Formats: sequence, C-alpha cells, structure tokens
Amino acid sequence: MAGFLLRRLVYLLCLVVISTAAAYILAATQLNPRARYEGRNPPPPAAVVDATLDALNMNDKVPVLTRFRRWVGDLSRGDLGQTVDNQSVNTELGRRMWVSLRLVLVGSILGTLLGVAAGAYGAVKQYRAADRLITVFSFVILSIPVVVLAVLFKNAGIGLNNVLGFTGDTRLLYTTGEMTPGLDPWSWVGIVNRLAHLALPSLVLIVVGTAFYGRYQRNAMLDVLGSDFLRTARAKGLSRTRALIKHGLRTALIPMATFFAYEFALLFVGATFTEKLFGWHGMGEFFVDSVTKNDVNSVAGVTLFVGVLVLLAGFLSDIAYAALDPRVRV
Amino acid sequence: MSDTPATRSVDAPQEEATSRLRLVGRRFIRQRLAMLGLVVVALLFALAYLTPLFGPWQYTDLDFNAFLEPPGGSHWFGTTQNGFDVFALTMRGMQKSLVIGLVGALIATALAATVGAFAGYFGGKVNTVLVTLIDLLMVLPAFLIIAILSPSFRGRTWLIFVLLLAAFQWMLTARIVRGMTLSLREREFVLAAKFMGVPGWRIIFRHILPNMASLLIIDATINVSSLILAEVGLSFFGFGVQPPDVSLGSLIGDYAGAALTFPWEFYFPAGFLIVLVLAINLVGDGLRDAFDPNQGSSK
Repeated sequence: MAGFLLRRLVYLLCLVVISTAAAYILAATQLNPRARYEGRNPPPPAAVVDATLDALNMNDKVPVLTRFRRWVGDLSRGDLGQTVDNQSVNTELGRRMWVSLRLVLVGSILGTLLGVAAGAYGAVKQYRAADRLITVFSFVILSIPVVVLAVLFKNAGIGLNNVLGFTGDTRLLYTTGEMTPGLDPWSWVGIVNRLAHLALPSLVLIVVGTAFYGRYQRNAMLDVLGSDFLRTARAKGLSRTRALIKHGLRTALIPMATFFAYEFALLFVGATFTEKLFGWHGMGEFFVDSVTKNDVNSVAGVTLFVGVLVLLAGFLSDIAYAALDPRVRV
Repeated sequence: MSDTPATRSVDAPQEEATSRLRLVGRRFIRQRLAMLGLVVVALLFALAYLTPLFGPWQYTDLDFNAFLEPPGGSHWFGTTQNGFDVFALTMRGMQKSLVIGLVGALIATALAATVGAFAGYFGGKVNTVLVTLIDLLMVLPAFLIIAILSPSFRGRTWLIFVLLLAAFQWMLTARIVRGMTLSLREREFVLAAKFMGVPGWRIIFRHILPNMASLLIIDATINVSSLILAEVGLSFFGFGVQPPDVSLGSLIGDYAGAALTFPWEFYFPAGFLIVLVLAINLVGDGLRDAFDPNQGSSK
C-alpha cells in the first residue's frame, strides 16, 4: 500500500511539473506584456521598456527557454517572480488564497451538508413528492450557468435592499467586496458587515453545492438501500432511522469521498465566477486577471498552485478511500 | 452495465439489432419530459436559424433611431445602447451556442471513444502513452489554457475555439471506454475476428465501439450541454467567441451589468440559454433511461 501511494505520488508530481512547464511556455509565447507600454502617451523609450521587461523576466526578445530557465532557477529558491505591476507573486498568492478561503468556506460546507442530506432524504423517499422536488431543483440549478445564477442572486439582493428601504450607506446585503473599507474587522459592527457581504455569494455556492451533491448522493444512497447489510441491521433490532444513518448513509458516503477530497483541496482556489461577480479579490479573480493583464509569471504561478492542490486532492482521495473502505486495503 | 444486451445484438441476426433500436426508441418516446426536451431543442434550432432570414433586423444592424429601447415595435426584444437588436443578437448567439455544443460534443466523444478503445485494446506502450496523455490533460487547468490561447484565435475562425473546448472535454469518458474495452477484448466475437486476421483498428471500429453505442450516445448528449456551459464561462470573460461575432456567453457577459436597469438586454439571452440547456439535459436523461431502464436516474 505504501509503495503504491509513493509511486502514485511520484507520478502525480511528474504530471504537475510537465503541466506547469507547458503553461509557462504557452503563456510566455502567447501573452504579450509589452502591450502594456505600447499604448502609453508619450511612448516610453524602447530601452526603458526592455529594461523593465528584463527585470520582470518577461522580455519577448529573450528566447523562451532562457526565460524559462531563469524562472525555474528562481522557483528552486521558492520565488515565483514578480507580477506585471512589480509585486511579488508569492505575496499575492499568499494573500489571495485566504480571501478565497473566507469566501468559499461557509458556502462549500453548508452546500455539501445540505446536498448530502437532501440526496439521502430523496433516496429514502424515492418517487415521493419530496424526492421529486429535490430532483427537479437539482436538475434546474445544474442547467443554469453559475455566472447567470450569480447575477440573478446579486440583483435579487439589490432588489431586497430597495424594497426594505436600505438605500443609504448601511445595507442589509452587500453585493461587492469583502467588507466596507475603514471598519475594524474584529469589532461587532465589522463582523456583522462581513456577514452581510458574505451572505449572497455564499447563497450562490450553497445552492449550486446542494444541487450537485444532492444529485450524486441520491444515486449513491439508492445503491445502498437495497443491500443485505441494511436488512441485517434492521433484523437485529435497530430502528429504521438509526439503521439508515449508521449503516446506510455512512456506506453511501464512501463513493463521495473523491468529491470531498477535491473540494477540500480546491477551497483555496476559490470560485472564479462568484468572486469576479461579487468583487472579491481572491484566487479566482487572479486567475482571470493574470491572463487579461498579460502577466506571464502570475499565470505560471497560478497553474503551479492549482496543480499542486489537485495533486494533493488526488492523493487525499486515495488515502480517504483506503481509510473508509477496508476492501481497498488488501 | 448495459453491455450485455448490446453485445448480444452484434453477433445475433440483423433483425434483433433493429428491434433493440426500436425498443430504445419506444422507451424514449414514452417519456414525456424527454420528448418535450427534444421538441424544444428542435424549435430553438429552427428559431435560431430561420428567424434571421425573415426578421426585420440582422445582428450586425444598427438602428440609430432606437437606443436602449424596451421590447416592442419591430425590436421584439428591445435594443442595446448602440442600437443593436436584442432579438437578432440572441438568435445569432443561440446559433453559435448550438453549433459549438453539437460540433464540440461530436469531436469530444469521438476522441474519447478512439483514444480509450486504442489504449484498452492494444495495451502495452500505446496504453501507457495514452493514459499519461489523459492524466496530463486532466491536471492542466482547461480554463486557463484556453484563456491564454484566446488572443491567438482572435480574428480567426471560431472552429479553433470549438476544437480547444473539445480537447479538454473527453478525458473522463476515455477512461470509461478504456475500462470497457479491457473486458470486451477478451470476448469470443472479438477473439474470433482477431484470429481471422482482422487488423486491430478495424476490430475497434467494427466490434468494440458499436458495443458501447449507448454509452457514447448518452455521453455525446451530456457533452453538448456541458460544452455550451463552458463556452458561456469563457465568453463571459472575453476568452471565447470574439467580437464582432456574438454568442450567448458573450451577450451575458456584456449585459450582466445592465440586468437591473435594462433587463431585456440580459434576461432574453440568459433565458434562452437556460431553456436550451435544460431541454438538452432532459433529452440526455431520457436517453439514459431508455438505454438502461434499470438505472432509473430520475423519473
């Protein structure tokens, strides 16, 4: 088992190295950081632009492989380079991953729990009104792109504010940013203000999570419901609810372990669309902005970061399987 | 799962094969929701391609007498601030979404079937190379890669964009196909063909893939809706279909900010998108139930 996990880890590491290298080369050849200086008036002297780009290791006149070698050299010292605005990519990543976590954490956990509960309940009540309702909900939500859903929730929040008369500086629900600037983040007012900012994006994540997990959990639970061990549990005298939760739900959660592992690891990557629409400066926004700003180092940094997290998630799901399902351990 | 009845149909006489197809068809028609989905998709298709021929405005037309006009008159869905007709834009966007979804799904499923079956059938080095390719593409962040490449297909045909979308859509199915091929290649009818000297690639296309037809058809349908959604996500940020052409995604991205003040600019494209994806998903769900009634995904 240990040998298998080790081989798996080495293999996954190789994949991350190759994918990061590919992303760097692709970004370095396709993106054009020089464009940033071309539109300026008066145009900066060519020598200055070259010197700036050289300092950032983004000069397109230097061969790609030379730039890549320099990037790898910096990386081996733990330095991901500078952004086009001459900020450290490390600092930027370190700051933004926590913003993403703060945005995603509540919504992900609640969405997962609600989804699992709804899916399990729907499976137990198969074909009844409650099950149909949950199924239709999942089906409709999963057919709506997250961007559209986020816009709908945002506008509903603004509408609610207007209806309830919160049109001044203090709102019931906020639709941009993490908190109103200037407030003490740990005071009572600050915390309430944060929650008012968090409510709408979290709601988007909860709704999507519930729909997604509800659908899969229902199928997993249905597979378990007809099994012999559940009948045995009932036969030895467990009540229906206890048997369903202790023997049914717990077994039905095993196939979901992969999803949970990935979700857990990707908490730091955040939710690109939700972040962008609700104006949170997290990883998801970094993701999109690094491409629009022709920021080669940030693109490579983000790819590496995501790659490592995906690797961790894959590894985590292998371990979780082994821990949860004794049959894998032989 | 469903390979037992399908397998039988291949080495059985021809009429049994057609009767299975008829059986699946009958099961599909019996599902009212799936039929509704099919009818809606067909109607949207007709609407998207026929109305631009007869409608009063083209998606490139500017009406300088009507800026930000609410729905009414000859502008059925209103106009934008530049005087574009929202109905014409929506129809053009739907054409793009439909074509991207259908062409992309065909490419993705064909790729998945070919790669998966070759890896599973030949094994050895071919398998190692193809499985590594699958794993690698799954680690690469698709969104980022397509976004990086988006400047390079600006001003060129949108087919490159479809190819890219499809290139990141096939890996999971390829894995499933590979697993099924591993068991199919030991079956008598495959071995018989092999010992008669039929080359490997022909066995794959003539005996192995037809046995997974149900899986592939369902997969292609699901791919249509997930590709349409992927296109929306990319075009929303300007990484997808490039102006002057429009897609439902780029319209939603451009007019999301106007949803409160000029709702017709946002809600018409978004509404059509949701109806389209819902309808396609209904068809996919119905197909799954028709091919495999025991699974009972959602009835």
